Amino acid sequence: MKLKLVFLAKLRERFGASEEILVVDSESPTVSDIINLLVARGGAWAEELSVDRSYRIAVNQEMGGFETLVGDGDELAIFPPVTGG
Amino acid sequence: MSVRVQFEDFDVGAEIFRIRQSDKKVGAVASFIGVVRDLNEGDEVSTLTLEHYPAMTEKALLEIEAEAKKRWDIYDSLIVHRVGTLKPLDQIVLVVVSSAHRGEAFQACEFLMDYLKTKAPFWKKESTPSGDRWVDARSTDDAAAERWK
Repeated sequence: MKLKLVFLAKLRERFGASEEILVVDSESPTVSDIINLLVARGGAWAEELSVDRSYRIAVNQEMGGFETLVGDGDELAIFPPVTGG
Repeated sequence: MSVRVQFEDFDVGAEIFRIRQSDKKVGAVASFIGVVRDLNEGDEVSTLTLEHYPAMTEKALLEIEAEAKKRWDIYDSLIVHRVGTLKPLDQIVLVVVSSAHRGEAFQACEFLMDYLKTKAPFWKKESTPSGDRWVDARSTDDAAAERWK
């Protein structure tokens, strides 16, 4: 299945991309599974997505958690805690 | 209930006028305006750049408004949030709420701001003499949102 990943703000800069299409060899992974795939890339990915870092997840533009399931065609956004207002 | 995300500045008077005029039941209008400060964490800020997640922002703001409407007897609300590069004294955000009495309007207005600060996908980056930096989320903002639970 294919996922669209979106990176925002500081994470967009650290990963050097605002989005990417990720092909996953699994039918119904959780957000946690996807994060683990990204952490395995090492470098900025491992640093920014390590367990002691604070970041947020949205699946199809709704806030989600590590246990949220993702499916084919979903949009998974990863971003720092928000600072608007 | 409406929300707008825009680069342009907004006219507070015109926005409040529209909310106040929309319904003869309105007896109170509360508003909040967020403004860019020239100093943050001891450093001079020359510009502040706001980024957002376009696909999600309006939806998140509308959900926050719907939640306020569920909790208080308010008639109308408006959130206008700017994005792009701003400088000190520029307006960033406007929240306007109308109701029959002030108590509901004040509370809903404060709730909308507290939730916006912790749930709407906006990020600030500031330029200071020592370089550009992303603004960190504050635990005081989380605490402010927490008390409405």
